[in-house]
Amino acid sequence: MYKCTGYVFPESMEEAYKLNQKKSNKIIAGGGWLKLGSRQYATLIDLSRLGLDEIYEDEECFKIGAMVSLRQLETHEGLNLYTQGAIKESLKHIVGVQFRNSATIGGSIYGRFGFSDVLTMLMALDGFAGLYKGGSVPLEDFAKMKYDRDILSAVTIRKQKNIKTVYSSFRNQSTDFPVLACAMSLSEGKIRTALGARPARAEVITAELPTDIDRFANETANSFAYGGNMRASAEYRRHIAYVLIKRNAEILAGGKAYGD
Amino acid sequence: MEIKLWLNGKAVRDDVSPDMPLLEFLRKQGMYSVKRGCETSGCGLCSVLVEGKPVLSCTYPLMRADGTHITTLEGLEKEAEEFGAFLADEGADQCGFCNPGFIINVIAMTRELENPDEEDIKEYLAGNLCRCTGFMGQLRAVKKYIEHKRSEGRGE
Ligand SMILES: Cc1cc2nc3c(=O)[nH]c(=O)nc-3n(C[C@H](O)[C@H](O)[C@H](O)COP(=O)(O)OP(=O)(O)OC[C@H]3O[C@@H](n4cnc5c(N)ncnc54)[C@H](O)[C@@H]3O)c2cc1C
Ligand code: FES
Ligand code: FES
Repeated sequence: MYKCTGYVFPESMEEAYKLNQKKSNKIIAGGGWLKLGSRQYATLIDLSRLGLDEIYEDEECFKIGAMVSLRQLETHEGLNLYTQGAIKESLKHIVGVQFRNSATIGGSIYGRFGFSDVLTMLMALDGFAGLYKGGSVPLEDFAKMKYDRDILSAVTIRKQKNIKTVYSSFRNQSTDFPVLACAMSLSEGKIRTALGARPARAEVITAELPTDIDRFANETANSFAYGGNMRASAEYRRHIAYVLIKRNAEILAGGKAYGD
Repeated sequence: MEIKLWLNGKAVRDDVSPDMPLLEFLRKQGMYSVKRGCETSGCGLCSVLVEGKPVLSCTYPLMRADGTHITTLEGLEKEAEEFGAFLADEGADQCGFCNPGFIINVIAMTRELENPDEEDIKEYLAGNLCRCTGFMGQLRAVKKYIEHKRSEGRGE
């Protein structure tokens, strides 16, 4: 458990940003990850009263506020319609409903955790991180950036016509961290494959819609790097990647797209 | 720091350290149904309702609960007793340590989901661990309880 002496609810992003420039202060979102550490902070900066807990949808995009809970995202009708339920599939295995009611999108994306289902999913949807000072950055670039003291205000997903999306993960045990996470989307003949929990941070590769799915799955799986840890070896992960990519590509090649 | 909130319908005011877990605050207020079973947000034993939503009181920031309505099992006596009878009939619990968190989440589920099937039930309750049993008795009890609620709703 973390320690702190102060706790504030800033009333504006500017106030939150200023407080966050002090090294001894720390932003708190759901507190789920922070709690696992035992650091001592001066003041925790709570973002829950800045109106960042809503999902906006219009003709062009979805805008997911940084303080939206994983559960809000999981049960959002518009996003599940847009992704054929892939959003729900990517979130429902994370710990439990109670945890997902307080863990946030902001904490998940800012954290850029290697094991992240959330980052993998939103990367395949071509999401953008909205940073208070840094502006709009594609998630695939944001994932490579160093941790700094900016604040993530939202993640934006621009709607693509006739997009199809699919998500699958492999876990040794239900509710555990994934051994591998695979999110794919198909739009205008192009497939985006995001692989996370390799166990390194998610990365994404774009390719033409293949005719030979087995070959595509093999080649795509081979173009990512894998590592071993207590959950699985690198070789095992590479094999699982091939299997998940193949299954997902088969689903994308058939079935209905958004707006069909 | 000062905190004010409604605990099972009663206004409570206290002076707390801002890094105190909500779980410890609730136990300090005498809510001993709230238990700690882990250090990693993984067991669900500490589940309580904040504004009607189930959360882990070991994880939820205490200061964020300022001004909210919190419900523990102590505030749900009637429903807890009703469902508890189903658990007992199925011989579901052994040591019973996991019960309060489990019952809280079952109540939250029946309030949130309409007609959950077995998959929905397992998904909703996956974050509630029990180290003694195999969950089968609990699952039977939950299904019978939901059926009972449904027939009550139909006025049978
Ligand atoms: C036991 C456990 C199991 C988990 N299993 C999984 C899993 O299987 N799959 C998965 O995808 N995830 C998993 N997670 C991660 C989880 O989904 C969240 O990503 C994580 O808890 C962080 O979100 P939070 O809201 O709790 O953030 P916090 O813990 O509050 O914050 C995390 C970090 O982000 C910073 N931060 C938060 N919000 C912002 C912001 N808006 N701007 C700038 N900085 C910010 C904080 O300062 C902190 O450094 C797990 C977490 C735990 C604790
Ligand atoms: S004490 Fe285990 S989840 Fe809260
Ligand atoms: S009955 Fe002992 S932990 Fe569940």
